[in-house]
Amino acid sequence: MSDISDVIRIGSGAGYSGDRIDPAIELVEKGNLDFLVFECLAERTIALAQLRRSRDPQSGFDPLLEERIRACLPGCASRGIRIISNMGAANPQAALAKTKAIAQSLGIKNLSLAAITGDEVSALLAGGEYTLLETGAPLDSIRDRIISANAYLGMEPIVEALDQGAHIVLTGRVADPALFLAPAVHAFRWDRQNYRLMGQGIVMGHLLECAGQVSGGYFADPGYKDVSGLDHLGFPFAEVLREGTFSVRKVDGSGGRIDQATCTEQLLYEIHDPARYPTPDVIADFSGVSLTEEGSDCVTVRGGKGHPPSGQLKVSIGYRDGYQGEGQISYGGVNAVARGQLASEILQKRFARWQIPAEDLRFDLIGLNALYGKGTESVAPAEVRLRVTVRSMSPSIAAKVGREVEALYTNGPAGGGGAVAQVREIVAIQSVLIPAELVKPQIHLEKI
Amino acid sequence: MKLHEIAHSRTGDKGNTSNISVIIYKREDYAWLKSVLTVECVRQHFLGMVRGEVIRYELPELGAFNFVLYDALGGGVTRSLALDAHGKTLSSFLLSLELPEKGQVD
Repeated sequence: MSDISDVIRIGSGAGYSGDRIDPAIELVEKGNLDFLVFECLAERTIALAQLRRSRDPQSGFDPLLEERIRACLPGCASRGIRIISNMGAANPQAALAKTKAIAQSLGIKNLSLAAITGDEVSALLAGGEYTLLETGAPLDSIRDRIISANAYLGMEPIVEALDQGAHIVLTGRVADPALFLAPAVHAFRWDRQNYRLMGQGIVMGHLLECAGQVSGGYFADPGYKDVSGLDHLGFPFAEVLREGTFSVRKVDGSGGRIDQATCTEQLLYEIHDPARYPTPDVIADFSGVSLTEEGSDCVTVRGGKGHPPSGQLKVSIGYRDGYQGEGQISYGGVNAVARGQLASEILQKRFARWQIPAEDLRFDLIGLNALYGKGTESVAPAEVRLRVTVRSMSPSIAAKVGREVEALYTNGPAGGGGAVAQVREIVAIQSVLIPAELVKPQIHLEKI
Repeated sequence: MKLHEIAHSRTGDKGNTSNISVIIYKREDYAWLKSVLTVECVRQHFLGMVRGEVIRYELPELGAFNFVLYDALGGGVTRSLALDAHGKTLSSFLLSLELPEKGQVD
């Protein structure tokens, strides 16, 4: 057996906030891990968490934090597995308090917990002039509707918390792969200016951050890409060597598959230029990555590289952007498409009378044209579902669209069924860049 | 022959931009696919769905291409009115692209 300083195992216990929990427990029990990472923050998650926090100051962290921590902490504590997660969301300190209370209720002792704050940068943006990356519009165009503004932090505060002995590190917004790079930098004392190692560490984090998506999840295409055991899909872990090479594996006996094909799909997932993947710690270069299959469900990864980071951090801004109203109703059997189309035409005429702009309305016939705007097969579907959506600054117009779809029951074509209507507030996301040196992460440590 | 017969694919999204990987099953198909699965061919396939530029990145070591499609997601996942606001299903649509028979293209 190698010493922990020469090889470490980092497991991926969640790929998004609502992910399965049983595969994480399996990793804890059978993965022989040193670190377990839960990546739980999608683009919009933190703004929604901030809305909860504004109603209740003790909330604003991941809604499944308690369930995950209760399920995994006893096994992690008894095996010395350290947990890193962005489940702190919009309130890492409240997440810490909650986790501490859970640990105490489980009778766990000698536990060191850290919360990392400083990603919330609304105050930094207050005075400055910034340009929104997505539209080129000034930040002022949305300023009065901002809910949250969070900078993507790098690995540094996590490394520091681990260096200080934290067994559990809870963060808000951190670049996803940095959650995985941090334990390697901590364990191996990697030189931060060694951009080959930093790039390789980001490759590792990128492959693992979506959990099951590298181990056979989101992959199966029957007859072409078959995956067995998807009902008990194993989550991945990386076995990382001091010199940077790592292998992607899963627990023996778990479902799923890990090979060149699954790893290549995940390597290119959400990537633009593979030679320049920007993160706060390094601009990673995936272009020279090699994937070698070593027996079953084990792929060794080499060749990640990198360049110095830009010195700018991306800030993700969540803001109120009106309301989305939606209604759906199904038509089936003979002439279903014609009745669905008639229903759509009726509503288009009615909405035109109320001057709802056409660009804020969308009509789909699910089963025919909802995904690609046109059918890819010439066979008539046995059923279609009309879906009407509207975007409006007025909640009453948003609600009216759903009601109009429901009213097709008694006023529309024959045989409509299963109508539903809903309205929700739109929380939109745009981004700006700010100089990294303005952002000051803080570490809050507590012990029990 | 559809692209689906020789390659697999996954879609990712960042804001209003979609990226679609195309990964071949057999390495010997790479050079040929590179010659037929051009930016123009992909742009035509997504006509009416993608408004912005299409860029192709080549990864011969991995037997893969990465297509980046700008202004492709109706304003992005948080504003789009689409049923599949992430554009997750675009990869399957790309795999339905009809390729010329091998040998018909030099």
